[in-house]
Amino acid sequence: MMKKIALGLLATAALTVSGLAVADDFKPAIVFDMGGKSDKSFNEAAFNGAEKFKKDAGIDYLEWEVTKVSEREQATERMARKGANIVVAVGFAQAAAVEKAAKAHPDTKFTIIDMVVDLPNVQSVVFREEQGSFLVGMAAAMASKTGKVGFIGGMDIPLIRKFALGYKEGVLYANPKAEVIENMTGTTPAAWNDPTKGSELAKSQFDRGADVVFAAAGGTGLGVLQSAADEKMLAIGVDSNQDHLHPGTMLTSMLKRVDVAVYNAMMSAKDGTWQPGIQVLGLAEDGVGFSVDEWNKGVLTEDMITTMNKAKADIISGKIKVTNYMDK
Amino acid sequence: METFQTIILLLDATFRVATPLVLAALAGMFSERAGVVDIGLEGKMLGAAFSAAAVAAVSGSAWIGLGAGILASIALSLLHAYACVTHKGNQVVSGMAINIVVAGLTPTLGYAWFSMGGQTPHLGGDARFKPITLPFAEAAHDIPIIGYIYSELISNHNIIVYLAAASVPICAWIMYKTRFGLRVRAVGENPHAVDTAGISVDWLRYKALIMTGFLCGIAGTYLSTAHGAGFIRDMTAGKGYLALAALIFGKWRPVPTLFACLLFAFTDAVQARLQGVELPIVGVIPVQFIQALPYILTVLLLAGFVGKANPPKSIGVPYIKEK
Repeated sequence: MMKKIALGLLATAALTVSGLAVADDFKPAIVFDMGGKSDKSFNEAAFNGAEKFKKDAGIDYLEWEVTKVSEREQATERMARKGANIVVAVGFAQAAAVEKAAKAHPDTKFTIIDMVVDLPNVQSVVFREEQGSFLVGMAAAMASKTGKVGFIGGMDIPLIRKFALGYKEGVLYANPKAEVIENMTGTTPAAWNDPTKGSELAKSQFDRGADVVFAAAGGTGLGVLQSAADEKMLAIGVDSNQDHLHPGTMLTSMLKRVDVAVYNAMMSAKDGTWQPGIQVLGLAEDGVGFSVDEWNKGVLTEDMITTMNKAKADIISGKIKVTNYMDK
Repeated sequence: METFQTIILLLDATFRVATPLVLAALAGMFSERAGVVDIGLEGKMLGAAFSAAAVAAVSGSAWIGLGAGILASIALSLLHAYACVTHKGNQVVSGMAINIVVAGLTPTLGYAWFSMGGQTPHLGGDARFKPITLPFAEAAHDIPIIGYIYSELISNHNIIVYLAAASVPICAWIMYKTRFGLRVRAVGENPHAVDTAGISVDWLRYKALIMTGFLCGIAGTYLSTAHGAGFIRDMTAGKGYLALAALIFGKWRPVPTLFACLLFAFTDAVQARLQGVELPIVGVIPVQFIQALPYILTVLLLAGFVGKANPPKSIGVPYIKEK
């Protein structure tokens, strides 16, 4: 009798151990925000990170593209309920949904990007966008012939204001006499996905004398970049490397390594090294930066790159202070 | 001189923004004048924008894209006609259904065909309608005022902008000077009279809806292959509804509708330029206020200046023949 029980216990233990060791039931999930995973920008960067994880780990992930504001809660909740071990929510707007789902599923790990949710099972990844924007602002000022440069934001929210402020400081650092023309596309999430409006805003800025424009506007930004290409002006992309879209008229892209953040979140959750809390990724952590590649070769000159790299070192060392809009 | 230039550039932007509105509003005019409510303008435009971009991307020709856009829009129009004319269904429900179906179907098909998350590939070269420089525009640029107006405001638009401009007199002529137009107007006011005269009410409404599809197809094609460069999910962003508002605003007549569209487009263009500009006395106006401006203006005008709108008498009522 005792023997039987002991055997049974052993078998159970063996099963449990093998279950842990194989870990093929590890299921990561990602929820993209409005704009969709092919916005060639923010969400696409997240998508690339998830794809890289899939390739490296050989584990497929669950995904959801939010297309309506009301879907967000449903999306995170559904992913958690489907048994995802980690749910990566992309975008500041998902904070409320993550907070709710994280409370309801205390055993599920959540990673939110671009926003802070203070719960024991949530990891918040935020970027120092102002630092990257500062550098591309310098590039814009150096490349501008008219001394006027433009900024086009998507939805008018503090995060985009953060881009705008860093950009403006960078422009004025490189050329104190320069002028920045600032536009926001709208005040609703539809502002992330209105390329025709983006192109109109860009044209209006060119009409007012700007010759370099920085778009931090998700899918709307594609219209801005297109418009710059049509009018032979320079444009700066955002989040993903967008230089390949219009070689020759793309000055550079302000990179925000959302892909790295997503990849790390999934990988660390798989390895068991995942930690809740806040992660701040800036220039020092290579969380933000600017693109130098074959497509903007010659447009972004060696001189500019040297100056920008010097400023980058100064920002990291604290010699240049870039204002964070959120701290104002 | 600088104010003058600003005004010209503002009007230039107005034309670009007004083009899809004008085409869609005229499209709505045919349908509504024939007695069929069409809130499906949005969906038809979106469907056309998608087909045009998809076909242009594959074929490399914007003209073939335009054809595909028109065909898709006419097909949706016929679906609307089949539901509300043949089967006497509720016109608002059918129109709304078209909007919802298209909003879901376009990204789904786009995803299946191009695997780009519901977008179509980026269009360049001949797959896109390019601005046309009218003759002598370059030379005329330096002539004060008139030359500047000609080269900046009149020249350098793509073909669809000119098409939209031409469509207003053409549609007015069809509506008021042809037999077809007279019958369309009659069928929207009093279908019994038309039927008594021995003309098929259903067939007439079908024909009017085909016209609607045709014009809406051009409007949608403009969005994805002329103004933009590729299809993006929900890229019509409410323009179909705005066109419908302009149509009501313009009392279902072509020329007042044109002005309503221009007004909407103008406020939109102003709005883009007023942001962050320091104005005399008031200073910088908050972005939110400026973005609300077009809508405030719409409400004010609708409430105060338009007066009573007289819709076609039998609009929204399916025609059932008395046995």
